[in-house]
Amino acid sequence: MGTKALSRLLFAVGVITWVALLFTDISVVFSTKRNLPAEIPTWLPGVILNLYLIALYYYYKLKIERDDQLNFVDLLWRVFATGLVATVISLILRLPELLPIFSEQKDPNNFFVIITNTFIYLVNLGMMSGFLIMAFTVWKRLILYQKSKWLLRLWAFFEYALLISLLYNSFIFLHIEWLYNLLLGLFITVGLVLSGNLKWVAYLNFRQKWTSLLLLLLTIFYLIYGFYTSSSVVIEAFGEFERGFVDHRSHIFILSLMIFVMLYSIFSFLVILFNLPTTSVFEQKLEEVVNFQRISQSIQTEQSEESVYNILLETSVSSVFADAAWFEIKNNQHDHRVFTYRISEKEATDIIRHLKDHHVTGVLDQSSDKTKNLSKHLGSLRGSRFRSILAFPIYVKSENIGTLALLKELPEGFNKEMTKIVSTFANQAGISIENFRLLEEALQGERYKEELKIAKTVQKSLLPQMLEKDSQFEIAAFSESADEVGGDYYDTLRINAQETSLIIADVSGKGTTAAFHMSQMKGIFHSLAQSSIEPDEFMVRANRALVYCLERGSFISASFFLVNTHDKKVRYARAGHCPVLYYCAATDKAEYFKDKGVALGMVRNNSYSNFIEANEFVYAPGDVMVLYTDGITEAKSTKGEEFGYERLAEVLMEVKTLSPLQIQDHLISRLYEFSGTQNINDDYTTMIIKFNNEHKPI
Amino acid sequence: MVHIKRLQEEGSDIITPIGEIDASSSIELDLTIAKSVGEGFTKILVDCSALEYISSAGLGVFMSYIEEFKDKNLKMVLFGMSEKVANTFEILGLYELLTIAKDKVEAKKKVHEV
Repeated sequence: MGTKALSRLLFAVGVITWVALLFTDISVVFSTKRNLPAEIPTWLPGVILNLYLIALYYYYKLKIERDDQLNFVDLLWRVFATGLVATVISLILRLPELLPIFSEQKDPNNFFVIITNTFIYLVNLGMMSGFLIMAFTVWKRLILYQKSKWLLRLWAFFEYALLISLLYNSFIFLHIEWLYNLLLGLFITVGLVLSGNLKWVAYLNFRQKWTSLLLLLLTIFYLIYGFYTSSSVVIEAFGEFERGFVDHRSHIFILSLMIFVMLYSIFSFLVILFNLPTTSVFEQKLEEVVNFQRISQSIQTEQSEESVYNILLETSVSSVFADAAWFEIKNNQHDHRVFTYRISEKEATDIIRHLKDHHVTGVLDQSSDKTKNLSKHLGSLRGSRFRSILAFPIYVKSENIGTLALLKELPEGFNKEMTKIVSTFANQAGISIENFRLLEEALQGERYKEELKIAKTVQKSLLPQMLEKDSQFEIAAFSESADEVGGDYYDTLRINAQETSLIIADVSGKGTTAAFHMSQMKGIFHSLAQSSIEPDEFMVRANRALVYCLERGSFISASFFLVNTHDKKVRYARAGHCPVLYYCAATDKAEYFKDKGVALGMVRNNSYSNFIEANEFVYAPGDVMVLYTDGITEAKSTKGEEFGYERLAEVLMEVKTLSPLQIQDHLISRLYEFSGTQNINDDYTTMIIKFNNEHKPI
Repeated sequence: MVHIKRLQEEGSDIITPIGEIDASSSIELDLTIAKSVGEGFTKILVDCSALEYISSAGLGVFMSYIEEFKDKNLKMVLFGMSEKVANTFEILGLYELLTIAKDKVEAKKKVHEV
């Protein structure tokens, strides 16, 4: 069953029990008046009243306790409204009494009068108890607004004890004077203890406090009225004789409730009243907390350090009711900037200069006592509207990055409390700025890493997926770059059935620029080596093309080969690249081809052709040509020794008869073995060409 | 890391890099040479005897001055290289472009040649 349906049902039960109470009471009164034996048991009205009270109790529990949207003033308003309705109805019912004709005709034994009086009494009782239970439920919410385990237990005890006391009232025969007094005393004591919980008052703002005061005052008035009415009506209705039967004034539940509600109303009223003058302080504290939060959150949301400074200025000004502020930030000796708030930059610099001129040390530098009142120094500055100043250092990583200064137009405008607040602000601001800077750095690093990643992908994609094959030679190539992107490049291109061109190159520098130059080299190779071109001519043209895009100081070393399988000849040119290691099967010797050649991009005029030469050699089956970059020969062991040319030649000699791929694997494993680590510090690139017998299958 | 010393002898500026010149320390070498040129020296000697290693970026520094020196009619002579460093210069073909001497005596002789 839904909450709504349940509350409707409870309301219906309330109405029914009230009507039932009305009839039973009338019946009881009648039989007593006429001294007739009672038609219904005398305990029945009591039981019905209790049922009515329980229905109301749960009705309000559902309505008030579950509604999270009600704030304190709303809650008080509800109590006030219920009280108002109860009081107004009660007053209307009393109107006829004021008419003289009506009161003259009054006869206690008149049938009509008895019914009217009983009706009025029960309407009053019903409305009053509704009002009380409503107030009780609301007070419960207020008291338990900030709860402790102990408070919850005490309240549960109070509430259940009150409900159990209903039983006591149901059975008249249990009416024992001392027990009644004991219970009443107990409820009043517990009620008093609970009434001490008024923490919700602190959360009201000034306006809300005034509203609450008014509402509570009226509530107290209704309570007094209700108490007075119920006692006067009961006497009028039944006289002094029939109290035992129908008088509910002595009903312990209602009485305890009334006393408790009254006590708490008075307590709340007084506490709110006395809290009024200090409300602004609480509000200010709350604002400080909000401002702190803004400062610490600003690093996540703000785009620039500047907006962090602005928030710092804004929040510190509003926290201490300053009139203006500036924040002077010093990046180094010469570079310092001033961020201002409600003060022009000129005014701020004027004050800074004035203080400097008067040798007021310790105002804007920070070695001095922070709480020192600096206002007297401002007095001597003419034309300034400010009469108080307070300055604080801002520290980032225990380094003073700037000064926060707050200004007031009033003399002696800052008290110690404010000094403390701003000091806390300054600390928090330092942390915020530091966090902001760290965040920026992290982002920068992330961007750089991302860039490297892209460069690496570009570099990898520039290397050929497939190498040329021929019946006379086999090629294997390998390239591994260090964390930083290098610029090693190798490629092969078939010109025609007999001719194939090969290239290996090393771009100076690292990172994205290296990858960029490498792609240029690839473009040059693929356009120039399309047709058979003399190696030295290739270098001259490549140099001419590269001069326009290589910045001063960067260059590319390269070796270019043109393999002619018809003549079994290789023509080549070396432009500053590592010399070719060649194993000649006939002599069973490995040697380096040392010939003339200047790297590309070094000579920036047409004289480059003088610095490059083409050479040629004839190959025979079993010969091996090892091309490599300086990362290999310059690889260092843990002792700092270089891999070197001799070792490279030795390694080749060990595996000269194997396939190029096997030679390559051997070389790489020896290289890693030598360097003693898997983390290479340069690029390793090799291209190994092995010449075969034409008939030998590949 | 590199430490660069400068001293003047018989009207020529002697620059002595000590240690290793890699991508980051090459800037220092560049600044030193630029300063020397800025101070009006026309004869610059580079003592490479304490140079343990030079990367391609370091070589790039020497290279980048070749044309400027030619235009301004300045002379730069490198001398005293270890075999390893000399090899680096040689492979890249800088022997063709730079004036390299065996020792200080030969370097002084070369720097005074017209």
